[in-house]
Amino acid sequence: MLDSAISIFTAGRNMARIFEGLGVTLKISMISVLLSVLLGVPSGLLMSSKIRFCRLFFKLYLEFIRIMPILVLLFLFYYSLSSVFSINLPAMAVAILVFTLWGTAEMADLVRGAVTSLPKHQWESSRAIGLTEPQLNIYVIVPQAIRRLLPGVINLTTRMIKTTPFVFFINIPDLVKVAQQIVEVTGMKNLLASVWVYGLIFFIYFAICYPISLFSHYLEKVWQD
Amino acid sequence: MDFQFIVRVSPMFVKGAWLTVSLAFWGLVLSLTIGLFCALVRYWRWPVISRLAGVYIELARNTPLMIQLFFLYYGLPRLGVLLEGRTCAIVGLAFLGGGYMAEAIRGGLTAVSRGQIEAGLSIGFKRFDLLRYVILPQALAVSLPAITATCIFLIKETSVFSIVALPDLMYVAKDLLKEGHSTESNLLLVLSYLVIILPVSLVFGYLERRVRFAGFGD
Repeated sequence: MLDSAISIFTAGRNMARIFEGLGVTLKISMISVLLSVLLGVPSGLLMSSKIRFCRLFFKLYLEFIRIMPILVLLFLFYYSLSSVFSINLPAMAVAILVFTLWGTAEMADLVRGAVTSLPKHQWESSRAIGLTEPQLNIYVIVPQAIRRLLPGVINLTTRMIKTTPFVFFINIPDLVKVAQQIVEVTGMKNLLASVWVYGLIFFIYFAICYPISLFSHYLEKVWQD
Repeated sequence: MDFQFIVRVSPMFVKGAWLTVSLAFWGLVLSLTIGLFCALVRYWRWPVISRLAGVYIELARNTPLMIQLFFLYYGLPRLGVLLEGRTCAIVGLAFLGGGYMAEAIRGGLTAVSRGQIEAGLSIGFKRFDLLRYVILPQALAVSLPAITATCIFLIKETSVFSIVALPDLMYVAKDLLKEGHSTESNLLLVLSYLVIILPVSLVFGYLERRVRFAGFGD
């Protein structure tokens, strides 16, 4: 039984292709997380601001993104963007765009939660001991907000990695697509190909996401205040 | 906008939506059952089973549904377990959802204060009654937002079911791409998911406001 596994993973460039697929998966998720954090922080601050229009706009945006399956958004941007606005984006750009739209919404909500959960007396007592506004933000608010934020950001990263298989549907050669292609080629001769290949991919995802989520749990515990 | 096309294909979307709803329903029911069981087993620290539940929860939560489905649909038959698409979809969703629900419910269970349990025991509640009348009502109320989020997440995850050859909403939309009306069919797709998920989101939002009695004993 074991030699059927060995024969698949040593044959041709199979193993190398799996790693290339993994590279694509990680690339999409890392770029999207980075962009989501960059765009999500200002959006979250706007969401918790006093401007009513901003709050309403982001609330609607967040609700729409929360309700639509990511796969539907991928379809929308991959197929309809070209036919309605005649904008032709490569699949990779569509994937990063959609994941960033989603990540920004999630990130904005995390930022809003972190900022609004800080008790009011933090601001009041900082002013009482005579801190200036920039000092107040740098020494009091931002450090506490980051503590509350970071576990959520790490969590978002694993969710992003677990959502990337959806790009399979717009034909990006990610980990899942590569696995499926390998099974298609070797499955005829090797009966257990699908078991081994999908089993391996299952554990690759686990091996990446589990340590990250452990780390997030650890931070949550250590930083509990 | 081609309205004739929309009228013609609408029934297909209704059919697809119905399949999505029924699969999601059974997946959610099973997820909640598995999640509740695992959360309680972890809560009571039953030897061995608690450990197994812990491993299961981590496996379910740290792998994507698509791979779980691929494994169930294409892997298992080669090991002699043949599952049809529908079963695969429901089993896959329940496997994924069980882990998420267990975590959601566990959060509520740990929020029930020691004092509540001791008070319950001191007025003579047996273990099952304690669970039924003291622990669960408070725990579920606390974890309802997390359960809501998980339910909506799971319904959204049903969108991948076309990979196990089920004619759900995504499958219909993908199939119609050939006909070249991607705007109209994608519009119907978005509408269908809105019609399915928006009510769920609203009902749960209403429930959350209704059960804010938790934390009463604090």
